[in-house]
Amino acid sequence: MDLGLTEMQEMLKNGARDFLENECPEQLVRDMEEDDAGYSTALWQKMAEQGWQGLLIPEEHGGAGFDFLDLCVLLEEFGRALVPGPFMSTVLGGAVPLIEIGSDDQKAEFLPKIASGDVIFTLALTEPSARFDEEGVQCEASVNGNDVTFNGVKLFVPDANVADYMIVAGRSEKGVTLGIVATDQDGVDITQLQTIARDKQAEVKLNNAQGQLLGIEGEGWEALGPVIHRYTVGECAYMVGLAQMDFEISVDYAKERVQFGRPIGSFQAIQHKCADMVTDVDGSRFIMYKAAWAISTGQPDDDTQISVNMAKAWCSDATRRVVAHGQQIHGGIGFTKDYKIQLYFRRQKRAELSFGDADYHRELVAQQLGI
Amino acid sequence: MDWQDSLEQAQFRTEVAEFIQTRLPDRYRSGDDNNDETQTTGWQADRKSNDASAKESAINWADALAEKGWIAPHWPKEYGGAGLSVMEQFIYNQEMAKADAPPVGGMGVSLLGPTMIVHGSEEQKAEHLPKILSGEVAWAQGYSEPSSGSDLASLQTRATRDGDDFVINGQKIWTSGAQYADWLFALVRTDPEAPKHRGISFLVMDITTPGLTVRPIVDMGWQEPFNETFFEDVRVSTSNIVGEENRGWYVGMTLLDFERSGISGAIEYERTIKELLKYVNSESESDTKVRDDFESIRHQIADRYLEVNVLFNFAFRIVSMQNSGMVPNYEASVNKMFGSETHQRLARTGTKVFGLYSNLWSEDSEYSPMRSSFTRDYVRSVPHTIFSGSSEIQRNVIATRGLGLPRG
Repeated sequence: MDLGLTEMQEMLKNGARDFLENECPEQLVRDMEEDDAGYSTALWQKMAEQGWQGLLIPEEHGGAGFDFLDLCVLLEEFGRALVPGPFMSTVLGGAVPLIEIGSDDQKAEFLPKIASGDVIFTLALTEPSARFDEEGVQCEASVNGNDVTFNGVKLFVPDANVADYMIVAGRSEKGVTLGIVATDQDGVDITQLQTIARDKQAEVKLNNAQGQLLGIEGEGWEALGPVIHRYTVGECAYMVGLAQMDFEISVDYAKERVQFGRPIGSFQAIQHKCADMVTDVDGSRFIMYKAAWAISTGQPDDDTQISVNMAKAWCSDATRRVVAHGQQIHGGIGFTKDYKIQLYFRRQKRAELSFGDADYHRELVAQQLGI
Repeated sequence: MDWQDSLEQAQFRTEVAEFIQTRLPDRYRSGDDNNDETQTTGWQADRKSNDASAKESAINWADALAEKGWIAPHWPKEYGGAGLSVMEQFIYNQEMAKADAPPVGGMGVSLLGPTMIVHGSEEQKAEHLPKILSGEVAWAQGYSEPSSGSDLASLQTRATRDGDDFVINGQKIWTSGAQYADWLFALVRTDPEAPKHRGISFLVMDITTPGLTVRPIVDMGWQEPFNETFFEDVRVSTSNIVGEENRGWYVGMTLLDFERSGISGAIEYERTIKELLKYVNSESESDTKVRDDFESIRHQIADRYLEVNVLFNFAFRIVSMQNSGMVPNYEASVNKMFGSETHQRLARTGTKVFGLYSNLWSEDSEYSPMRSSFTRDYVRSVPHTIFSGSSEIQRNVIATRGLGLPRG
């Protein structure tokens, strides 16, 4: 029993932090809000050179063969640096499904290119119903051998604008069915949405969009189980890193900002907010890692499931409290575009909403508790 | 990161669990509401009880633990403890909490003993430590005063030198368990001219010393867990000072290398939630004390479950740090603050579950839901955010000592 990082994880974390401090400064984050693609191809390549896109990918396919908990260590740093771009889409929405249920050919075709940074993926799951359960997948899928055709609308698809491929979830008469769909075809129509976090989420209209079958027709929802677990906990890791940084900025501000002849951090009202922030950040971190650990070590399904729901329920609300305190501590300046704290506040909301917010997951926890 | 026992840890856990299963007296089994969450006066009261069976249970349990050296598992073996490592103590405390088994030896074991092991003279150790372990002597802590609560260092109880004695005058308050105790350890002012932290001495004394009066205080839950303690010209030998004169504040703050996770709280709250769930799920339609609109409360119960899990990790963090040779700083404050507030939220949620039935205080009315334990806990959890450093103080400490924010 231990709650510390391994030496290797410490190296990954510290290396990532240093790298991102240099390569993903605040200005880049701001620029990407206005940028059409929403990410820097130069940074993307450098990340690939670090081995990050391939972190989870088995070595035989050009990856590093690390485990999911290691990825969460990295994702915390991504949250801290507010890294823009299709990393989570590609790794969690692309590499993970391929690793879980891809055929040998599909793995051989796509995983090395993901690892090298040459191909971008995303997961097209949610629809206008905005549900996160199996019922929410209503997009039509029609299977013919190894080919699948999709008709329907997907909404809030991250990074569809730059993805080369989407893993699409549809429904045939046999049930939920997944396919790998190239975005560069007539049947795929992508419209950018303007979002609170100024990230890239799209409406994707599929009109006889052609793809290759991924996994077994009708068994797509079970196949998505491990993907959704990892994506959900990955978002928690991102939120933890984001909240940690928001908290650090706020504490620094409280030490610097002087009113009534003394730093505002010397007033108990501010001190108590900071104490609550660190409690929420630390609490979120450990509940997130517990879920990541359950996934990485293959804990029993029931335990893993409730760990994931608990992590997302807690982290969603706790990090929201943190960024709210962050704004409050900063007073007026925190409300300006130019000051950086708002970058964290808006991005926290996107992650909070992703794969279900606190109330959604709290309900699932309640059900698993038997009430 | 690993939430699972190693092989050795699992073996030790089994050893502890089996021991408790076979040796815990019936009196302490099941969810008997003997144990006030604020004190161990349940076992301590039994130890001095006039009720023969209560006293016998207390002695039998202490004897069983003594066989394993588990009266004071965290004391070094040379002083009669089991010298358990931090992780072993954690596991031991977890298993004791899971079984709701009372720890034994009170403050003598938990506070006075370790302090004396570090700061006491050989004579003091030889005189006092064995009697703590044998259960012959029970100890109480005299720190707080009517005018010195959060600002403990402002304490005024005065010890004046007179030959080979100190003469003590003043008053302590919230002296837990003093009515069952044989000896008292107290912080007293020996140098009123010095800066407040540097004029305090740590003194031990027989509670029956003439001039020392103990008067129980009734709390708002009709229990008497603590006392006022009055000192009128109480004469105590100067050889009863522990550590250096005027260094008592620092002696009293000794952090011995024992497990400080407070894990029993998290375990207890988890057990409470599980019992609540069991009750709610097993209630028959015709005989329900659970509120009709229970739907509205489900998410609050889920929240309490989340908080208990978060709390476990905070406690686990303390142990994990200690195990790696690190000294917990603000982490201990986060743990205490969060645990105490979770406790209160849990009591509140429990009372919400039973709606109007939460009026009931008595355990054995036909109308009592779960023996009205949540109603009583709703009251008894009130001081949890106040003692051992109030939530406000804990937040101050986190902010200043932990985060480096400037003091006001």
